[in-house]
Amino acid sequence: MMDSSTLHSIGLVMVMAVVSYLLRAFPFIVFSGKETPKFVLYLGKVLPCAIIAMLVVYCVKDISFDAVSHFLPYIIAGAVVVLLHIWKRNTLLSIVAGTLSYMALVQFVF
Amino acid sequence: MKYKKDAKKAFVATIPVLAGYLALGFGFGVLLSTEGYGAIWALFMSITMFGGSMQYAAVGFLADGISLLSAAVMTLIINARHLFYGISLVDKYRGSGIKKIYMIHALTDETYSLVCNDNAVKDVENKHFYYFLVSLLDHCYWIAGCTLGAVFGTNVNFNSEGIDFVLTALFLTIFVEQWMSSKDHTSAVIGVVCAVLCTAVFHENMLIPTMIAILVSLTVLRFVRRDKYDG
Repeated sequence: MMDSSTLHSIGLVMVMAVVSYLLRAFPFIVFSGKETPKFVLYLGKVLPCAIIAMLVVYCVKDISFDAVSHFLPYIIAGAVVVLLHIWKRNTLLSIVAGTLSYMALVQFVF
Repeated sequence: MKYKKDAKKAFVATIPVLAGYLALGFGFGVLLSTEGYGAIWALFMSITMFGGSMQYAAVGFLADGISLLSAAVMTLIINARHLFYGISLVDKYRGSGIKKIYMIHALTDETYSLVCNDNAVKDVENKHFYYFLVSLLDHCYWIAGCTLGAVFGTNVNFNSEGIDFVLTALFLTIFVEQWMSSKDHTSAVIGVVCAVLCTAVFHENMLIPTMIAILVSLTVLRFVRRDKYDG
Protein backbone atom coordinates (compact mmCIF):
# COMPACT_ATOMS: atom_id res chain seq x y z
CA MET A 1 0.00 0.00 0.00
CA MET A 2 1.26 3.47 -0.86
CA ASP A 3 1.15 6.21 1.73
CA SER A 4 -0.91 9.30 1.10
CA SER A 5 2.00 11.59 0.32
CA THR A 6 3.21 9.22 -2.41
CA LEU A 7 -0.29 9.13 -3.84
CA HIS A 8 -0.45 12.92 -3.71
CA SER A 9 2.89 13.14 -5.57
CA ILE A 10 1.58 10.80 -8.26
CA GLY A 11 -1.52 12.96 -8.52
CA LEU A 12 0.61 16.10 -8.87
CA VAL A 13 2.70 14.64 -11.67
CA MET A 14 -0.43 13.48 -13.48
CA VAL A 15 -2.15 16.87 -13.18
CA MET A 16 0.96 18.63 -14.47
CA ALA A 17 1.26 16.14 -17.34
CA VAL A 18 -2.38 16.52 -18.38
CA VAL A 19 -2.34 20.34 -18.27
CA SER A 20 0.94 20.36 -20.25
CA TYR A 21 -0.63 18.14 -22.92
CA LEU A 22 -3.81 20.22 -23.15
CA LEU A 23 -1.78 23.41 -23.63
CA ARG A 24 0.27 21.80 -26.38
CA ALA A 25 -2.84 20.39 -28.07
CA PHE A 26 -5.00 23.53 -27.87
CA PRO A 27 -3.99 25.20 -31.18
CA PHE A 28 -4.28 21.88 -33.03
CA ILE A 29 -7.80 21.35 -31.68
CA VAL A 30 -8.98 24.92 -32.38
CA PHE A 31 -7.65 24.92 -35.95
CA SER A 32 -8.49 21.33 -36.77
CA GLY A 33 -10.88 22.27 -39.62
CA LYS A 34 -10.33 20.99 -43.15
CA GLU A 35 -8.48 24.10 -44.22
CA THR A 36 -6.00 26.03 -42.14
CA PRO A 37 -7.19 29.67 -41.84
CA LYS A 38 -5.14 32.12 -43.94
CA PHE A 39 -4.10 34.05 -40.88
CA VAL A 40 -2.73 30.90 -39.20
CA LEU A 41 -0.86 30.05 -42.41
CA TYR A 42 0.66 33.52 -42.30
CA LEU A 43 1.68 33.06 -38.67
CA GLY A 44 3.14 29.64 -39.49
CA LYS A 45 5.37 31.39 -42.02
CA VAL A 46 6.53 34.38 -39.96
CA LEU A 47 6.25 33.25 -36.33
CA PRO A 48 9.19 30.77 -36.22
CA CYS A 49 11.82 33.43 -37.12
CA ALA A 50 10.55 35.70 -34.37
CA ILE A 51 10.29 32.92 -31.79
CA ILE A 52 13.78 31.56 -32.49
CA ALA A 53 15.03 35.13 -32.05
CA MET A 54 13.19 35.23 -28.72
CA LEU A 55 14.75 31.93 -27.60
CA VAL A 56 18.23 33.27 -28.41
CA VAL A 57 17.56 36.36 -26.28
CA TYR A 58 16.08 34.14 -23.55
CA CYS A 59 19.28 32.06 -23.41
CA VAL A 60 21.58 35.07 -23.12
CA LYS A 61 19.41 37.21 -20.85
CA ASP A 62 21.21 36.14 -17.66
CA ILE A 63 24.66 37.26 -18.79
CA SER A 64 25.98 39.66 -16.23
CA PHE A 65 28.25 42.50 -17.24
CA ASP A 66 29.80 42.84 -13.77
CA ALA A 67 33.04 41.18 -14.74
CA VAL A 68 34.78 40.40 -18.01
CA SER A 69 34.90 36.69 -17.11
CA HIS A 70 31.09 36.62 -17.04
CA PHE A 71 30.29 37.92 -20.48
CA LEU A 72 33.42 37.47 -22.60
CA PRO A 73 33.14 33.64 -22.94
CA TYR A 74 29.55 34.13 -24.14
CA ILE A 75 30.51 36.76 -26.69
CA ILE A 76 33.51 34.82 -28.02
CA ALA A 77 31.64 31.50 -28.25
CA GLY A 78 28.61 33.24 -29.76
CA ALA A 79 30.85 34.82 -32.41
CA VAL A 80 32.39 31.41 -33.14
CA VAL A 81 28.90 29.98 -33.76
CA VAL A 82 27.76 32.85 -36.00
CA LEU A 83 30.94 33.24 -38.06
CA LEU A 84 31.48 29.51 -38.47
CA HIS A 85 27.89 29.10 -39.60
CA ILE A 86 28.10 31.93 -42.13
CA TRP A 87 31.32 30.40 -43.43
CA LYS A 88 30.53 26.65 -43.53
CA ARG A 89 26.73 26.52 -43.03
CA ASN A 90 27.10 23.20 -41.22
CA THR A 91 24.67 23.21 -38.27
CA LEU A 92 26.35 20.47 -36.27
CA LEU A 93 29.85 21.91 -36.76
CA SER A 94 28.72 25.38 -35.63
CA ILE A 95 27.07 24.02 -32.49
CA VAL A 96 29.84 21.62 -31.47
CA ALA A 97 32.64 24.14 -32.08
CA GLY A 98 30.74 26.88 -30.26
CA THR A 99 29.97 24.71 -27.23
CA LEU A 100 33.48 23.27 -26.96
CA SER A 101 35.01 26.75 -27.15
CA TYR A 102 32.60 27.97 -24.47
CA MET A 103 33.44 25.03 -22.19
CA ALA A 104 37.16 25.57 -22.72
CA LEU A 105 36.80 29.28 -21.96
CA VAL A 106 34.87 28.89 -18.72
CA GLN A 107 36.90 25.92 -17.49
CA PHE A 108 40.47 26.89 -18.42
CA VAL A 109 40.69 30.56 -19.37
CA PHE A 110 38.38 32.60 -17.19
CA MET B 1 13.71 0.47 -43.18
CA LYS B 2 11.61 2.43 -45.63
CA TYR B 3 12.90 5.90 -44.89
CA LYS B 4 16.45 5.13 -43.86
CA LYS B 5 17.83 8.41 -45.20
CA ASP B 6 15.15 10.41 -43.40
CA ALA B 7 15.94 8.58 -40.17
CA LYS B 8 19.63 9.38 -40.53
CA LYS B 9 18.84 13.05 -41.17
CA ALA B 10 16.58 13.15 -38.11
CA PHE B 11 19.31 11.64 -35.94
CA VAL B 12 22.00 14.06 -37.16
CA ALA B 13 19.66 17.02 -36.62
CA THR B 14 18.99 15.95 -33.02
CA ILE B 15 22.63 15.44 -31.94
CA PRO B 16 22.89 18.94 -30.40
CA VAL B 17 19.68 18.24 -28.48
CA LEU B 18 21.18 14.92 -27.35
CA ALA B 19 24.05 16.79 -25.70
CA GLY B 20 21.81 19.50 -24.27
CA TYR B 21 19.12 17.16 -22.94
CA LEU B 22 21.56 14.73 -21.37
CA ALA B 23 23.12 17.66 -19.49
CA LEU B 24 19.87 19.42 -18.56
CA GLY B 25 18.08 16.17 -17.78
CA PHE B 26 21.00 15.03 -15.66
CA GLY B 27 20.76 18.22 -13.65
CA PHE B 28 17.07 17.62 -13.12
CA GLY B 29 17.64 14.04 -12.01
CA VAL B 30 20.28 15.07 -9.49
CA LEU B 31 18.03 17.83 -8.13
CA LEU B 32 15.06 15.47 -7.88
CA SER B 33 17.09 12.82 -6.03
CA THR B 34 18.14 15.36 -3.40
CA GLU B 35 14.45 15.67 -2.50
CA GLY B 36 14.22 11.92 -2.00
CA TYR B 37 12.61 11.06 -5.33
CA GLY B 38 14.65 8.40 -7.14
CA ALA B 39 15.07 7.14 -10.68
CA ILE B 40 11.54 5.75 -10.98
CA TRP B 41 10.16 9.27 -10.41
CA ALA B 42 12.59 10.79 -12.91
CA LEU B 43 11.42 8.20 -15.43
CA PHE B 44 7.74 8.80 -14.66
CA MET B 45 8.04 12.59 -14.89
CA SER B 46 10.22 12.73 -17.99
CA ILE B 47 7.88 10.40 -19.88
CA THR B 48 4.60 12.08 -18.91
CA MET B 49 5.51 15.77 -18.49
CA PHE B 50 8.48 16.21 -20.83
CA GLY B 51 9.40 19.82 -20.26
CA GLY B 52 12.61 21.30 -18.89
CA SER B 53 11.50 24.35 -16.93
CA MET B 54 8.27 22.63 -15.90
CA GLN B 55 10.04 19.63 -14.40
CA TYR B 56 12.58 21.77 -12.57
CA ALA B 57 9.72 23.74 -11.03
CA ALA B 58 7.88 20.50 -10.24
CA VAL B 59 10.70 19.35 -7.94
CA GLY B 60 9.77 22.19 -5.60
CA PHE B 61 6.05 21.47 -5.91
CA LEU B 62 6.57 17.83 -4.98
CA ALA B 63 8.80 18.73 -2.05
CA ASP B 64 6.23 21.25 -0.77
CA GLY B 65 3.28 18.98 -1.56
CA ILE B 66 1.23 21.81 -3.09
CA SER B 67 -2.44 21.24 -3.95
CA LEU B 68 -3.52 19.71 -7.25
CA LEU B 69 -5.25 22.96 -8.21
CA SER B 70 -2.12 25.05 -7.60
CA ALA B 71 -0.14 22.55 -9.65
CA ALA B 72 -2.59 22.94 -12.54
CA VAL B 73 -2.42 26.76 -12.39
CA MET B 74 1.39 26.79 -12.17
CA THR B 75 1.61 24.46 -15.17
CA LEU B 76 -0.66 26.81 -17.14
CA ILE B 77 1.61 29.74 -16.33
CA ILE B 78 4.94 28.02 -16.93
CA ASN B 79 3.94 26.20 -20.12
CA ALA B 80 1.68 28.85 -21.69
CA ARG B 81 4.27 29.46 -24.41
CA HIS B 82 3.33 26.10 -25.92
CA LEU B 83 0.07 27.68 -27.07
CA PHE B 84 2.14 29.74 -29.50
CA TYR B 85 4.27 26.87 -30.76
CA GLY B 86 1.24 24.94 -31.93
CA ILE B 87 -0.08 27.85 -33.99
CA SER B 88 2.88 27.74 -36.34
CA LEU B 89 2.78 23.95 -36.64
CA VAL B 90 -0.93 23.45 -37.30
CA ASP B 91 -0.36 23.25 -41.05
CA LYS B 92 2.94 21.37 -40.88
CA TYR B 93 1.52 18.56 -38.74
CA ARG B 94 -1.74 18.35 -40.72
CA GLY B 95 -2.37 14.87 -42.07
CA SER B 96 0.17 13.16 -39.87
CA GLY B 97 -2.56 10.92 -38.43
CA ILE B 98 -2.02 9.08 -35.19
CA LYS B 99 1.59 10.29 -35.01
CA LYS B 100 0.25 13.77 -34.25
CA ILE B 101 -1.08 12.67 -30.85
CA TYR B 102 2.47 11.87 -29.81
CA MET B 103 4.13 14.77 -31.67
CA ILE B 104 1.94 17.19 -29.71
CA HIS B 105 3.05 15.61 -26.44
CA ALA B 106 6.72 15.82 -27.40
CA LEU B 107 6.65 19.47 -28.51
CA THR B 108 9.37 21.27 -26.55
CA ASP B 109 11.38 24.44 -27.25
CA GLU B 110 14.16 22.38 -28.80
CA THR B 111 11.93 20.07 -30.86
CA TYR B 112 10.04 23.14 -32.05
CA SER B 113 13.24 24.78 -33.24
CA LEU B 114 14.22 21.63 -35.17
CA VAL B 115 10.87 21.05 -36.91
CA CYS B 116 10.73 24.75 -37.85
CA ASN B 117 14.02 24.48 -39.72
CA ASP B 118 12.67 24.12 -43.26
CA ASN B 119 16.13 23.80 -44.77
CA ALA B 120 16.62 20.54 -42.89
CA VAL B 121 13.63 18.87 -44.55
CA LYS B 122 14.34 19.98 -48.13
CA ASP B 123 15.32 16.50 -49.34
CA VAL B 124 13.32 14.53 -46.81
CA GLU B 125 10.99 11.94 -48.37
CA ASN B 126 8.42 11.68 -45.59
CA LYS B 127 8.26 14.87 -43.57
CA HIS B 128 5.80 13.59 -40.97
CA PHE B 129 8.02 10.59 -40.30
CA TYR B 130 10.98 12.97 -39.92
CA TYR B 131 9.09 15.24 -37.48
CA PHE B 132 7.89 12.21 -35.53
CA LEU B 133 11.36 10.75 -35.25
CA VAL B 134 12.88 14.08 -34.20
CA SER B 135 10.23 14.30 -31.45
CA LEU B 136 10.78 10.71 -30.33
CA LEU B 137 14.58 10.94 -30.30
CA ASP B 138 14.51 14.19 -28.31
CA HIS B 139 12.13 12.59 -25.82
CA CYS B 140 14.38 9.53 -25.46
CA TYR B 141 17.45 11.72 -24.80
CA TRP B 142 15.50 13.62 -22.16
CA ILE B 143 14.27 10.45 -20.44
CA ALA B 144 17.81 9.03 -20.46
CA GLY B 145 19.32 12.25 -19.07
CA CYS B 146 16.75 12.61 -16.27
CA THR B 147 16.96 8.98 -15.22
CA LEU B 148 20.75 8.81 -15.31
CA GLY B 149 20.91 11.99 -13.25
CA ALA B 150 18.66 10.52 -10.59
CA VAL B 151 20.61 7.24 -10.57
CA PHE B 152 24.05 8.76 -10.23
CA GLY B 153 22.99 11.59 -7.97
CA THR B 154 25.94 13.80 -7.42
CA ASN B 155 28.74 11.27 -8.09
CA VAL B 156 29.97 12.68 -11.37
CA ASN B 157 33.62 13.20 -12.19
CA PHE B 158 33.23 14.70 -15.66
CA ASN B 159 33.54 18.49 -15.55
CA SER B 160 30.57 19.48 -17.66
CA GLU B 161 30.65 23.16 -16.75
CA GLY B 162 29.50 25.20 -19.71
CA ILE B 163 27.80 22.38 -21.61
CA ASP B 164 24.48 24.19 -21.23
CA PHE B 165 25.77 26.56 -23.92
CA VAL B 166 24.84 23.85 -26.42
CA LEU B 167 21.20 24.99 -26.38
CA THR B 168 22.18 28.64 -26.91
CA ALA B 169 24.37 27.50 -29.80
CA LEU B 170 21.49 25.45 -31.24
CA PHE B 171 19.06 28.39 -31.24
CA LEU B 172 21.74 30.79 -32.49
CA THR B 173 22.64 28.51 -35.41
CA ILE B 174 19.01 28.14 -36.45
CA PHE B 175 18.60 31.90 -36.18
CA VAL B 176 21.60 32.52 -38.47
CA GLU B 177 20.39 29.81 -40.86
CA GLN B 178 16.93 31.36 -41.12
CA TRP B 179 18.42 34.82 -41.54
CA MET B 180 20.68 33.66 -44.40
CA SER B 181 17.97 31.75 -46.21
CA SER B 182 15.31 34.45 -46.28
CA LYS B 183 15.25 37.89 -47.86
CA ASP B 184 12.72 39.40 -45.51
CA HIS B 185 14.18 39.90 -42.04
CA THR B 186 11.22 41.83 -40.61
CA SER B 187 9.96 38.93 -38.48
CA ALA B 188 13.40 38.12 -37.05
CA VAL B 189 14.00 41.77 -36.17
CA ILE B 190 10.56 41.98 -34.53
CA GLY B 191 11.47 38.92 -32.45
CA VAL B 192 14.76 40.40 -31.24
CA VAL B 193 13.30 43.82 -30.47
CA CYS B 194 10.27 42.42 -28.60
CA ALA B 195 12.44 39.98 -26.63
CA VAL B 196 15.00 42.61 -25.61
CA LEU B 197 12.33 45.12 -24.57
CA CYS B 198 10.36 42.50 -22.63
CA THR B 199 13.51 41.24 -20.91
CA ALA B 200 14.25 44.81 -19.77
CA VAL B 201 10.76 45.06 -18.26
CA PHE B 202 9.86 41.54 -17.13
CA HIS B 203 13.33 39.96 -16.60
CA GLU B 204 13.08 36.17 -16.21
CA ASN B 205 9.33 36.22 -16.92
CA MET B 206 9.88 37.60 -20.40
CA LEU B 207 8.62 34.64 -22.46
CA ILE B 208 4.87 35.20 -22.39
CA PRO B 209 4.96 39.03 -22.74
CA THR B 210 7.40 38.58 -25.63
CA MET B 211 5.12 36.08 -27.36
CA ILE B 212 2.17 38.43 -27.02
CA ALA B 213 4.21 41.39 -28.29
CA ILE B 214 5.42 39.32 -31.26
CA LEU B 215 1.90 38.15 -32.06
CA VAL B 216 0.51 41.70 -31.93
CA SER B 217 3.38 43.10 -34.04
CA LEU B 218 3.04 40.41 -36.70
CA THR B 219 -0.73 40.89 -36.83
CA VAL B 220 -0.32 44.64 -37.31
CA LEU B 221 2.36 43.99 -39.92
CA ARG B 222 0.03 41.79 -41.93
CA PHE B 223 -2.65 44.47 -42.10
CA VAL B 224 -0.15 47.17 -42.98
CA ARG B 225 1.42 45.06 -45.74
CA ARG B 226 -1.61 43.00 -46.71
CA ASP B 227 -0.73 42.89 -50.42
CA LYS B 228 2.67 41.41 -49.67
CA TYR B 229 1.57 38.48 -47.55
CA ASP B 230 -1.63 37.51 -49.31
CA GLY B 231 -0.05 37.21 -52.73
